[in-house]
Amino acid sequence: MTKNASAAAATQDTLEQESRNATKAMLLEFWYYFSQNKGAVLGLAVFVLLVLVALFAPLVAPHDPDVQYRDSFLVPPVWLEGGKAAFLLGTDAVGRDILSRLIFGARFSLFIGIVVVTIALVGGIVIGLVAGYMRGFVDTFIMRVMDIILAFPSLLLALVLVAILGPGLMNAMIAIAIVLQPHFVRLTRAAVLSERSRDYVVAAKVAGAGHFRLMFKTILPNCLAPLIVQATLSFSNAILDAAALGFLGMGAQPPTPEWGTMLAEAREFILRAWWVVTFPGLAILITVLAINLVGDGLRDALDPKLKRS
Amino acid sequence: MPLLEIRNLKVEFDTAKGAFKALDGVDYTVDAGEVLSIVGESGSGKSVAMLAVMGLLPDTATITADVMEFEGGDLRTLSSRERRKVIGKDISMIFQEPIASLNPCFTIGFQLAETLKIHTDLSGPERKARVLELMRAVGIPDPEGRVSAFPHQMSGGQCQRVMIAMAIACSPKLLIADEPTTALDVTIQKQILDLLVQLQQESGMGLIMITHDMGVVAETADRVIVQYKGRKMEESDVLSLFENPQHTYTKALLSALPENATGDRLPTVSDFAEAGGF
Amino acid sequence: MSDDAILKVRDLYRTYDISGGLFKKASQLTAVKGVSFDVERGSTLAVVGESGCGKSTLARMLTMIDAQTSGSIEVDGLPIDISKTGISKDMRQKVQIVFQNPYGSLNPRQKIGHVLEEPLLLNTDMSAAERRDMALAMLEKVGLQPEHYGRYPHMFSGGQRQRVAIARAIMLKPKLLVLDEPVSALDLSVQAQILNLLKDLQDEMGLTYVFISHDLSVVRYLADKVMVMYFGEVVEYGTREAVFENPHHDYTKTLFAATPQADVDSIRKRLAAKAA
Repeated sequence: MTKNASAAAATQDTLEQESRNATKAMLLEFWYYFSQNKGAVLGLAVFVLLVLVALFAPLVAPHDPDVQYRDSFLVPPVWLEGGKAAFLLGTDAVGRDILSRLIFGARFSLFIGIVVVTIALVGGIVIGLVAGYMRGFVDTFIMRVMDIILAFPSLLLALVLVAILGPGLMNAMIAIAIVLQPHFVRLTRAAVLSERSRDYVVAAKVAGAGHFRLMFKTILPNCLAPLIVQATLSFSNAILDAAALGFLGMGAQPPTPEWGTMLAEAREFILRAWWVVTFPGLAILITVLAINLVGDGLRDALDPKLKRS
Repeated sequence: MPLLEIRNLKVEFDTAKGAFKALDGVDYTVDAGEVLSIVGESGSGKSVAMLAVMGLLPDTATITADVMEFEGGDLRTLSSRERRKVIGKDISMIFQEPIASLNPCFTIGFQLAETLKIHTDLSGPERKARVLELMRAVGIPDPEGRVSAFPHQMSGGQCQRVMIAMAIACSPKLLIADEPTTALDVTIQKQILDLLVQLQQESGMGLIMITHDMGVVAETADRVIVQYKGRKMEESDVLSLFENPQHTYTKALLSALPENATGDRLPTVSDFAEAGGF
Repeated sequence: MSDDAILKVRDLYRTYDISGGLFKKASQLTAVKGVSFDVERGSTLAVVGESGCGKSTLARMLTMIDAQTSGSIEVDGLPIDISKTGISKDMRQKVQIVFQNPYGSLNPRQKIGHVLEEPLLLNTDMSAAERRDMALAMLEKVGLQPEHYGRYPHMFSGGQRQRVAIARAIMLKPKLLVLDEPVSALDLSVQAQILNLLKDLQDEMGLTYVFISHDLSVVRYLADKVMVMYFGEVVEYGTREAVFENPHHDYTKTLFAATPQADVDSIRKRLAAKAA
């Protein structure tokens, strides 16, 4: 009896080992296709760096982002005449270190991206699944509502929503999420429509799977690939929109070191002190570019899998 | 001089798991007026060779061959512009999925005329006449009416006829048919095979029939090449292949046909692989 | 008709509504027109026909994927009419299906073990360990190894996938198995293996097959009774010998004539005709 039990345990171990190997092989294959795209790897590296900087902002930043140095208003970057070694990228109009503000700003940007994408993704997936799975009247109703949202210029709609909800970072994020949501709904619905008539879904139905299981366990995992790509692209969109709202004074409120808000504050110094405007702009540009490159690579890595099976 | 001569053809694909050898040193020759059948299972590389000739393989493929000649002209050194002149005119190809092979946005008459426009000097009215003539030749009923039909308005068999019409539009010297009837019903398959053989005999072109179906081989081929995992197993004329197969793999394939079943169980290729070792 | 019929189908109809467009009137398409037949316990009924003849629609009704428009289906004494009574676990354990395309019938994101356990999870109260043991036993039964348990479908060849699909279908020990062209997407040598497996399983578990196919050579090898369908109607129904040796309907004769002959005599005849 004990011998049997130990044999069973041994086979269980090997089974689990095999199972892990299978998962590992899938990940390796994914990485192979992803790494074929050099731009994506570069983008990923920049993004990881950004995440690290954001996580360890208090350790990395040379100054407190909100401290005003009264003796150094609008100090140019260190390599220019009149630059100070203490302020690598110079200071803004009230004497705050731009580099430190950018570093802390990365936190906000990533936070905005994550929150907005999560809200839009979860909402979009659920609504899209329901629309694609139920078809008929429900589908028509949901899709018309989404069409109405899409018919508004996105920034304008976000502005209206913020005007209703009141300015502030959280409300801005909710507004942006609502604006981005229809893209996820449409994408999910399209994927569900093409998957729901596949044989494996019918097979699960014959095996006795209910509606919820079919929707979330059978169909959804096979629709994720395009959604992941869309999520990364929306991540950068969210950062851009948040920056735009911040610039218009409807997003994060001063003195929050959010990149768009920083741009807005620096508006009047464009001609006198170019660095106050340029560096937040560059930060937004680089971040968005990096994330878009990653999204591109994800598309490459995930698409052949879609075609194959 | 053979119509098409290929010596020691090797094709490799780059994949996530390293290089994959799809073809490993295979020779092909086809004479004018001959029906060559390349038969094999999936993964045997039966389609790869002809796709390589047509220049239709993706960039990840590496193609090497000692000889690759069509009518004495070297295909390896052709620029893609020169290759396009040969392909579609002197060599043409039809595929497995007839409906997917036609552009859904244009009428079949337009698509047929397009082929003629690229490869011939016919004037507009002449092209129109030739299109109708071609449609009649491949047995499409009511060509005048069907010429303005879109692919989705026609059945699979009809679409395959249009594909064949397109392939023979410029009177090619070699026609490659890659599983032309696999997607079709049995009764339609019979008609398409008869049509292909009839056209081949009338025009005296070479015909390469790529298939996995021994029945199709038996119904059409003069000479047969049996492939397995990128290698040639056996090459012989069709009668001796069925009457007296030489290679163990061929024997295995033939005995796996349900109509040849003798006992209660079908012998499988792996039964033979253990005994024959290929 | 025999008393020991496990499947009784009487006067079965299925019509589809085709919604009209801007310029078209709505119409109806009858895919299955008044089909009746019995299948004896432990035997194989082959349903033959070309695309669009209603054989797959029939399969979908037998396996409770779609409801019939009218007529009755009775499996092992249990009447099936899902539009009226819905599907019970009992009914599900009687009939299962194997699809044609093994590349489409397995969920690409589901490991093989979970594919096999899903029917048990949904229809029985077994514990996880019991389910796993059954899945492992079933893998062995269909000629796969235990280490395949944790792998994903794309790591398998077409033949192996079809084995998995068969294993999933018989996990609940059904009485009736509907095989919808189970070998037509497979290579010749793999086809032979799967046909052998199906025969073994039938002997071992006393399964009854409804085998849908367009390939007459496979049908001739496997079937006890043959039913030929043409535009939704049964045009020929009888024992294998009767149908193959003495077909009555014109369509059956056309079908036989069109099937490629791979024997030496027919090749000789063809070559002689060509030379002449």
